[in-house]
Amino acid sequence: MMDRASRRTVLDPLIDNNPITLQVLGLCSALAVTTTVQTALVMSAALTAVLCCSNVLVSLIRNHLAQSIRIIVQITIIASLVVVVDEFLRAYAVEASRRLSVFVGLIITNCIVLGRAEAFAMHNPPWPSFLDGLGNGLGYSLVLILVGVVRELFGSGSVLGYPVLALARDGGWYVPNGLMLLPPSAFFIIGVLIWGIRTWKKAQVERSEFRIHEVHRTEVL
Amino acid sequence: MSPSATSPGWLARVRALPNESTAKIVLVTLAVCIVASLVVSTAAVLLEPAQRANQALERKRKILEVAQLLPGEDAGREAVEAAFEQVRTRLVDLDSGRFVDTPDPESYDQRAAARDPAQRVEIARERDIAGLGTRARYANAYLVRDGGRVSTLVLPVHGLGLWSTLYGFIALGSDFDTVIGIGFYEHGETPGLGAEVDNPRWRAGWSGKRVFGPDGEVRIEVVKGEVAGADPRAAWRVDGIAGATLTARGVSNMLRYWLGEQGYGPLLARLRAGEPG
Amino acid sequence: MDAHLALLLRAVFTENLALAFFLGMCTFLAVSRRIDTAIGLGLAVVVVQSITVPLNNLIFRYLLAPDALAWAGLDGFDLRFLGFISYIGVIAAVVQVLEMVLDRYFPALHQALGIFLPLITVNCAILGGSLFMVERGYDFAQSVVYGVGSGAGWALAIAAMAGIREKLKYSDVPEGLQGLGIAFVTTGLMSLAFMAFSGIQL
Repeated sequence: MMDRASRRTVLDPLIDNNPITLQVLGLCSALAVTTTVQTALVMSAALTAVLCCSNVLVSLIRNHLAQSIRIIVQITIIASLVVVVDEFLRAYAVEASRRLSVFVGLIITNCIVLGRAEAFAMHNPPWPSFLDGLGNGLGYSLVLILVGVVRELFGSGSVLGYPVLALARDGGWYVPNGLMLLPPSAFFIIGVLIWGIRTWKKAQVERSEFRIHEVHRTEVL
Repeated sequence: MSPSATSPGWLARVRALPNESTAKIVLVTLAVCIVASLVVSTAAVLLEPAQRANQALERKRKILEVAQLLPGEDAGREAVEAAFEQVRTRLVDLDSGRFVDTPDPESYDQRAAARDPAQRVEIARERDIAGLGTRARYANAYLVRDGGRVSTLVLPVHGLGLWSTLYGFIALGSDFDTVIGIGFYEHGETPGLGAEVDNPRWRAGWSGKRVFGPDGEVRIEVVKGEVAGADPRAAWRVDGIAGATLTARGVSNMLRYWLGEQGYGPLLARLRAGEPG
Repeated sequence: MDAHLALLLRAVFTENLALAFFLGMCTFLAVSRRIDTAIGLGLAVVVVQSITVPLNNLIFRYLLAPDALAWAGLDGFDLRFLGFISYIGVIAAVVQVLEMVLDRYFPALHQALGIFLPLITVNCAILGGSLFMVERGYDFAQSVVYGVGSGAGWALAIAAMAGIREKLKYSDVPEGLQGLGIAFVTTGLMSLAFMAFSGIQL
């Protein structure tokens, strides 16, 4: 179905070139909307949709954009797509839209969308651009859902609203970890996630600027 | 390429222009703006009816739920509309404490009016116990009629919690003093802590509590910890929420404001005295 | 006056855009390796935020809000759905103009800020500030205060972060956590610390 190059375009951003854990893009929303898996899913879907469409549209006009208007035209396209998505959510998923509040609008400045438009869609035809958008969207969704599952499970004892751990206040044994529901926990979880990924894929490790060097008495530095 | 003025030739010439030329820049920018505007406007206009209908439905659902009249958790649109037939929407003039009929109660948006500089009323800082800043001149009130008399009165309340403003309703019974239910349809409080205001078990603790003390002052409040059984004021006190002191305090303050003399107090006093309002 | 001071303090500490709402994280983590660059970016953010939030406020009140166009005789228009595009357009334009002004009149400063100015356009904190301003219905004076305050809060956060990261350079961080990982953990701890401000009633 898809040739090798296409498969790599889609699968690379899942772990090897993940937008959040390696490219350091799209962080704002990853931290704020992951208190429940449901909001994480809605946000993932919204971002992936915008990313794919914007990549395709930017790719279609890439040969006619002057340097000076490049960025602003990309932003205009992305902003229009986000408006459409936001209107859609407010019409058919009012609850989700309310819980996401300003973060749907912030997809406009989500570095992933602009970043991939600049880095990939400006230099590639529409179909590969679509695949790149899909891949990065999936990479983003993967991290969001993972963080969402950890936070919802340990913070509320449920996943997608279905109770998994019997809460103490409902007669069970599990006392929910309040920190999981507070924003800082998302930072810690992603930090540990990065640790895990880089322990597995050594290639992603950043070299430290200074290395601790044990000095022996006879050594001259 | 044919130099004639037929459309394909013209388009091809535009596309052949160098990207940096002024003409091309202007044309491309114009084209993008026009297409973007069309798409955005079309979406907004087409989706507006669905948005408004959904928001209205959510509001009706919440009002029915607080008044304990919702036919079921997953009640569909028809069930909610049918149940809402027994509810009459009225408008309260907060300054005079009377029901009024203008502006139109059905279409009056209290929240928008509280923000609109032309319609809002500033609240003096020392009197602003709910942290509102401003409020609307009128408020929606929902009367549930049973036979000839009002069985439930649902009033909108809102006030500052810890992180956000909580918006909700409180339902009072036919004596306009006993609480039937309370519920918040919008807030941004901490999940697991302040957001426990949504917990059905906490909300159930409001049923049967009284609002007004013997001199007509607002006595209802959320305490810290549990209400002791032997507490002489137990009838006016609701159990607190662990770890959510500030949110709970926000709830108490907002009820003190809205059910007091600055809010629905005058109206409720009149209704308790038997007047039609 | 009192209320405006309270708003300013809230914008800087209790509702810090970077540490309480996590806006502008990409640039926050990418630029906070050195204090001087962090402070430079922070100052630029304060300037841009102070200009764009009040400007967007005017646009919202006189162009987009329901019946806002009454002054032009056009009643019954509700153009709020054009909000996102308008705000980001204004931000991009302000940043572009600022860059040109700095280049012409303050070349040294322009040199120092370098590539940061274009980066500010896509800083979520800038757009987020405008979106919060609209959501909370601030008037013009409040928008000015909120613009200055939220920008200053963000600058404070990134400067503090840079200070910590400079010290961390000499620490023995596990391999997998080096660089980005430990930056995340540090930011988490900083935001936990800032949550202490939430109990302050202003």
